[in-house]
Amino acid sequence: MEHQYTAYDQELASLKDSILKMGGLVEELIFKSIESLKNRDRNLAKEVIKQDVAVDRLELEIDEQCINLIALRQPKAGDLRFITTGMRIATDLERIGDLAEDIAERSLELADQGPLKPLIDIPKMAELAQAVLRAVLDAFVNGDTAKLKGVWDKEREIDGLRDQVHDELISIMVKDSLSVPRAIPLLLISRHLERIADHATNIAEDVVFMVEAKVVKHGGGEKA
Amino acid sequence: MDSVKDSRISGDLPAGRDQEIRGKIDVLNLNAWVADKQALKNINMKVYENRVSAIIGPSGCGKSTFIRCLNRLHETVSGAKSSGNIFLDGENILRTGFDEVVLRRKVGMVFQKPTPFPTMSIYDNVAAGIKLYSRYSRGELDGIVERSLKHAALWEEVKDILDKPGPSLSGGQQQRLCIARALAVKPEVLLLDEPCSALDPISTGKIEELIHELKKNLTIVIVTHNMQQAARIADFTGFFLLGELIEFDITKKIFMAPSDKRTEDYVTGRFG
Repeated sequence: MEHQYTAYDQELASLKDSILKMGGLVEELIFKSIESLKNRDRNLAKEVIKQDVAVDRLELEIDEQCINLIALRQPKAGDLRFITTGMRIATDLERIGDLAEDIAERSLELADQGPLKPLIDIPKMAELAQAVLRAVLDAFVNGDTAKLKGVWDKEREIDGLRDQVHDELISIMVKDSLSVPRAIPLLLISRHLERIADHATNIAEDVVFMVEAKVVKHGGGEKA
Repeated sequence: MDSVKDSRISGDLPAGRDQEIRGKIDVLNLNAWVADKQALKNINMKVYENRVSAIIGPSGCGKSTFIRCLNRLHETVSGAKSSGNIFLDGENILRTGFDEVVLRRKVGMVFQKPTPFPTMSIYDNVAAGIKLYSRYSRGELDGIVERSLKHAALWEEVKDILDKPGPSLSGGQQQRLCIARALAVKPEVLLLDEPCSALDPISTGKIEELIHELKKNLTIVIVTHNMQQAARIADFTGFFLLGELIEFDITKKIFMAPSDKRTEDYVTGRFG
């Protein structure tokens, strides 16, 4: 239902647009950072580092929109939960953007070195992380927690893959110390991807709060 | 401390640090009519002792009628009637033969517009009610007036001008004078019908702070159009719409996550 004040509705719609724009941009950065790694594409990696500035700017914009809404509209109930969730989502998206930038930096380090091993698990982790992020943003836009189904399973899968990548890289380094400069960046990338999924599931928890007014973070309740 | 259960309330009732929460007024199946129009439809609600309950809702939703039933002021309007039960400490105040004078001494009321008696001094305004009930010596009256004005947070401002006419005070002071007058008879419940709607934010703040103090010794029911005010001062909030009590719950719940879509639409400013 619409607000008594059209301008208030417009402000809320505009906040939603900003968050979606930021989410879309961050998804793109994850994708590009992993592509740059797979294809040893220095230019693409540099593009990611440059584009992260736009993510930071959007975070500031969203913060301002949220604070203005709180100060000027005294939001209540569902509106209040939407706005506070929007602020938290922006913080998580900004962190995800930074992590994509970190991946791009590692990818630059690796671009000039020969491949250590074929990349299998890391692209798989990236795909899963992107799927989680897409699902949580979709749930946010539609205010539909049903869309979060499978998100926590995917996060656990990513954790498992990270452990696998760690074990594998460590055994490579133990056997051949010359592999260390190529193994360490990959180790970090798997860590970055795992952190990306963590931030995405934070968003999922926020969306549950927004839609159902139920706190699920830190074991505050049952997870979807 | 045992938590109290109320089927209308989500979760446990917020108990005070030093006191158990207890029902003061129990409204059961209350209906009220003004002429042919039904103003209240089957209201069931508990008012908790030493707590502030706010009643919110759009104009004409029955919220004023509701609190006017709580001290039987409603029935003084011609053509008005009511049915159902209202228990005050277990005693049905709607029962035929219940002494309204005793009731209104226990359940005081302050209205939207400050209503000091125009020809009386500040002192006499405060003493007006108490004089109706019994005879007091000048010394006793002095004590009651001072105590009431102190409780209404007005004493410091008027102690040197007690003989000035009541209406010479500012709007906010007049409203506190009316509260002092209501307090003088030592009520157990105080009904406030939009007490701040004619006041500026500073006077409003003083009244709200006062309400916070008063609830230590009194049970308060306040009707307000100002949702922020309900959010600031009330422990419980009830939302009325078209004569029905749509939702009654802990204030935080009403403003963070109301259960009923109509409450959500009202508190977020959407058309009902």
